[in-house]
Formats: sequence, structure tokens, C-alpha cells
Amino acid sequence: MNVVKPPNVIRTSGLGSCVGVVLYDEISHTAGMVHVMLPDSCLAKADIINRAKFADTGIQALIHELERRGIRPGRLKAKIAGGAQMFHFKSGSDLMKIGPRNVAAVKEQLQMAHIPILSEDTGGNSGRTIEFDPITFLLHIRTVNKGEQTI
Amino acid sequence: MSYIDKIQPIHLDILKETGNIGAGHAATSLSTLLNRKIDMKVPNVRIVPFAEMMELTGGSEKEMVSVSLRIEGEAGGNMFFMLTIEEADRFIQKLMADESFTFREQDTYPIGFSAMQEMGNILSGSYLSALGDFTRLKLQPSVPELAVDMFGAIISYGLLEISQYSDYTIVIDTILTETDEENAETVKGHFFLFLSPDSFPVLFDALGAGYDK
Repeated sequence: MNVVKPPNVIRTSGLGSCVGVVLYDEISHTAGMVHVMLPDSCLAKADIINRAKFADTGIQALIHELERRGIRPGRLKAKIAGGAQMFHFKSGSDLMKIGPRNVAAVKEQLQMAHIPILSEDTGGNSGRTIEFDPITFLLHIRTVNKGEQTI
Repeated sequence: MSYIDKIQPIHLDILKETGNIGAGHAATSLSTLLNRKIDMKVPNVRIVPFAEMMELTGGSEKEMVSVSLRIEGEAGGNMFFMLTIEEADRFIQKLMADESFTFREQDTYPIGFSAMQEMGNILSGSYLSALGDFTRLKLQPSVPELAVDMFGAIISYGLLEISQYSDYTIVIDTILTETDEENAETVKGHFFLFLSPDSFPVLFDALGAGYDK
């Protein structure tokens, strides 16, 4: 989890099934990002968990962090990218279908927090590197196989 | 206490030997297939945080060609055989005697992709069967899948199961290199083996090393 203000940008590289969730405030030009690896903290099998990697606890933690910096949750907007399905192993493990599940869980959490998703680039079968600029509020996405785009 | 905290130096040595035996067999297969000299480095077995794992082999954004498979049976895990795109290109160019092949153009030479997948299949098959013989565990590989993408995006699949337990992983990294007549390294391939957390006790039991469950 990371929070930035200009001139800094926020970036995460090599997203596969993970989802990069950017929450930002247009007034203070503040943006934060969590890197969601798993859809729900109930999947954790350890006593002490890293809240940032689950959709539910990670998004909550980011909202709180931004609130602590004086940004009301009502002002936040979201852009999300990631959640690819890179492999199709015929395996009993649900974890292999994790990309779409991460995306669904992120959307559910954002809806519950009443944060609108202004744009998204999710799913597919390519890895992504994403970069968010808190001045322009644009999310730049680079993939190996499908080129670049800005949303 | 996380399973990682129970790992002792002797366990890491066992994992290193496991990687050694597996990759040793894979190197022999590769050498037979290409009729060339293949060298193997001593496996690197380490406990690393995820963030550091993502930076191995040149960063999470580095474009790689990977053949990966799931291991199921008495012990579970994920295995990846990875080359950079440039190395994979050279590898297939030699194999097919076609200098124009590249993994950057997916549709031009489907046969090269197929050859890579088969190569990965043979290599990981020899790795796993050696592992199975050594441990006497029944291990079944899934059909391998080829991916041309960013290192982080691919390798994170190997970490999913582990991420339910911890933010650290035990990585068994073995490097195979092909050397040409002048002994210059031309192709370097990484084997990454990630075992599921609940496979460690099974593996250590099978090899007669105590492990505090």
C-alpha cells in the first residue's frame, strides 16, 4: 500500500492475477494504491495477516489511510486494472481462477464503500504494468502482448 | 507460527539436494535433445519475501518465456522453466535451425511455440520424475502451459497458495546454461520450484528429516 502526491506517481509492475486498485481525490491530488493478491481475508491461513494483499482488508486499509490524511471517503474515485487469467490449468484448485475473483471482490468492496469506478482495464490474459499520475488522474497501462493505453 | 519459521538449515540443504537431482536430470535430457554441453549451477535455495522474489532474474516487468505446470499428488506445488525472450528465441532458433524465429510474433511461427512447450514438458518431466524417484512420492504434473509475459505476472501464480500463509516463499532456483564451443554462455534457463506449504512436512518425512509440525 502506497499513497502519493505530485510530483510523484504511483506504479506497480508485473501484475498478473493481482489487481491494482487506485483511489484518488481530485481536490487534494492525492492518490493511493493497493495491490490485491487474493479476494478475501478469510482465505488467510495464518494468524497475523498482511491486510494489504486481500481485497476486503486492503481497500478498507487504504480508505482509512486516506481518511487519516484528511480525505473524506465520499470524495474518492477509483480506477482499477489487472485480474488477468494467465493460465488455464485443469486443476481442482480455485486459486488458478483467481484473476476474475479478485476483480469481482474489488468491485464489491468499492460498491460497499460507495466509491465510483471511473475506468478499468481488467481480465484478459496479459500481465500489466500500471502507473497513475495524481496530476492528470490518468492510469497508464503497459502490456507485453497488447500494447499500451491510458484510461 | 508460520511454516517458514520451522525451516532449519538442514531443511534448506535437503531442498537444495532436491533441486540438484531434479535439475541434473533435466540438464541431461536437454543435453541429449540438443546434442550440446549443458551446465548446471548449484541450486539456490532461499527464503525470500514476495517483493524480492518478483525482482529475481531482472525485475517483475522483464519479459520472459515460461513453461509452467502444477504438481499434484502426495506433494503439491508449482514449477516454472523460464528464459528471457532473447534467450528463448536463440534456443528455438537453434532447435529449428531457423534464425528468423521470435517469440515476439505470436502468430508467425506457431511451431516454435509448440517446440518450446514440448521442451518445457520434457525438462520439467525429467525434473519431476527424478524428484519422485528420490523421494518415493507420487507426483503428477499437469499439462504444461506456455506464457510469454512479464516475470511478475507469471511467477505470482506460483505464490498464490503460499500467500494464504505468509508473505515469504521458499524458492528453489536452478540455472541451466548452454555453452558453445568458445565456452561462452549462450542460453540460460531458470527452474523455479515452489512447494505448497503443506508439502514441506511430506517431503521432509519422505527424506527422513524431522520437522516440527
